[in-house]
Amino acid sequence: MSGTAVVEKKERVSVPFDYNKYLRPNKLPHIWCPGCGHGIVLKAMLRAIDKTGFSKDEICMISGIGCSSRTPGYVDFNTMHTLHGRALSFATGVKFANPRLKVIVVTGDGDALAIGGNHFIHTCRRNIDMTVVVMTNATYGMTGGQYSPTSPLETVATTSRYGNIEPPFDTCEMAKAAGASFVARGTAYHTLELEKTLHDAIMHKGTSVVDVIDACPTYFGRANKFKSTTHLMDVVEKDGTVNVKQADKLPPEKLEGKFLRGLLHKVDRPEYCEQYENLVMEKAKAK
Amino acid sequence: MAERKKKLLQGNDACVEGALYAGCRFYAGYPITPSTEIAEGMSVRLPKLGGKFIQMEDEIASIAAAIGASLTGLKSLTATSGPGLSLKQECIGYACLTEVPLVIVNVMRGGPSTGYPTGPSQSDLMAAKWGAHGDHPAISLAPQSVQEILTETVRAFNLAERFRTPVMVLYDEIVGHMREPITLPLPGELEVIDRAKAACRPEEYFPYDDRYEVAPLAPFGAGYRFHVTGLNHKQDGFPTNDSNIIRANNERIMNKIENHKDEICLNEAIDLDDAEIAVVAIGSTARSARYAVKEARAAGIKAGLLRPITMWPFPDKAVKELGSRVKAIIVPELNLGQMVHEVERCSKKAQVTGIHRVDGEPITPAQILEAIRKHK
Repeated sequence: MSGTAVVEKKERVSVPFDYNKYLRPNKLPHIWCPGCGHGIVLKAMLRAIDKTGFSKDEICMISGIGCSSRTPGYVDFNTMHTLHGRALSFATGVKFANPRLKVIVVTGDGDALAIGGNHFIHTCRRNIDMTVVVMTNATYGMTGGQYSPTSPLETVATTSRYGNIEPPFDTCEMAKAAGASFVARGTAYHTLELEKTLHDAIMHKGTSVVDVIDACPTYFGRANKFKSTTHLMDVVEKDGTVNVKQADKLPPEKLEGKFLRGLLHKVDRPEYCEQYENLVMEKAKAK
Repeated sequence: MAERKKKLLQGNDACVEGALYAGCRFYAGYPITPSTEIAEGMSVRLPKLGGKFIQMEDEIASIAAAIGASLTGLKSLTATSGPGLSLKQECIGYACLTEVPLVIVNVMRGGPSTGYPTGPSQSDLMAAKWGAHGDHPAISLAPQSVQEILTETVRAFNLAERFRTPVMVLYDEIVGHMREPITLPLPGELEVIDRAKAACRPEEYFPYDDRYEVAPLAPFGAGYRFHVTGLNHKQDGFPTNDSNIIRANNERIMNKIENHKDEICLNEAIDLDDAEIAVVAIGSTARSARYAVKEARAAGIKAGLLRPITMWPFPDKAVKELGSRVKAIIVPELNLGQMVHEVERCSKKAQVTGIHRVDGEPITPAQILEAIRKHK
């Protein structure tokens, strides 16, 4: 993560990206395991943020609890590491109180969809302007590898030794149904595609949700007999997903069991803070 | 000089007046009896003042949003009752450790559980002090009248801002729902305290600067990019495993209140100078006690009343002094025994007796008078 290292091939990124501009280098090394995709997601996010042109003072990054929720500690923005599941509620308060801030919530699937599930659907419903990046690893990594609300059926975890019997949530379908006006999916494997998706999400006015599939090699991978981190990434992130633009050309059997990547849903819908200013405040002042 | 406005208001309405007077510009809440009128009032008044009102999806989200808003520099309020207080405890702990100013109003109703939503109670006194895991500081103010709800709500904001900590305004349903004529204070008449502003350069700023007992809190978005976490942290706000720092910080957030008890504690004393029998009571119960003490005096009994207006930190000093010179202390309260144990802890000599009631009805002056007569 340090310095100006560039992992991308030269023809893709011509100028070395200065990650240190956005990092708090003295807070590194991070806590993530070797093979974890969270660092890849963070890098894609920093490149995306750089392209948006928002200054570091304008960005507020907020998280809940879990591995992915440690992200705000490493980045040089206004940052908040809150309570398990509650990141979106704290974020709603920050954004609503100061709409000039660009709020980005970094969360995991357990944080956002289990303990924080109620906050997730209501944030989407309000369509308050913020970007929610859900790092989906189908695992509670911080507590040692329990199954989560996105764990596929039959997943072996430390609390499902005989296989998971709970059907998983589809994060994007749920966000869309709840009213998020921008819904997309990426993976840690498709890192440049993810960068673009995150950029578009941050630039969108309203609640934007990006589900980032980002498998956990330490717990999910080992418990479910993946040979290596690369094997896990190949199966879950590369072969387990299809870009939505290619999906139309593929026969249904090729899409079975696969998650679609890219922009899945985008609508223009009134944004919460603007509605409050334009309708509520105006009417209140006139009365 | 401008004339003070008189109004006939409900207790919960007076809370709205107090909050706005103190400069509150953010409210997040969830409907719950018997505190909902505060949310309703704030929803009407805040947008007129450029403030923000939001009804969140639950009690947890409400206090979380209020904490987030406070970190952007707005004075923030949330109000609740009964089960809502249980749900807010996680975030109360967070605000204590992260030292975010915040006011929480708890209009007490009968419990436990859903209990008696429309009935008065004083059974959250211990929840107000201990309600959140881990050691944490607590300030709770306990007004007894509509006028006092206004002034104590202002004081709650002042203490929250001064000490960077959540402060609870704690009153029972009777006080919250009764209507009394009150006088609205003029601007500048009551003291209004704002949190200390960061004056240093951003690169020198620490949100928990250990040169201060209570460090200045910069708002998010003002160029001071800092980190807030509910983990034990260093002065720069980042997590630490250093046992010395963890201990020092845990002690400091308690001591910043403990060391300033004289500044925080406020009591009303009635006929205590020559009293032989004292009553210690808060809220609506103190109103019954006041009447009972008056009746006792008329009958020639040397009775008096100590009314803590600050419930937490508990007025140890005042109760100790009282307990050393009266024969008996009577503690009427709308619960099965909470404040009475605090009074017992502080008064070694005097005989301490509780009067407890949990049937959803107030303790009457006659009940208290009877107890006073028994101790004569």
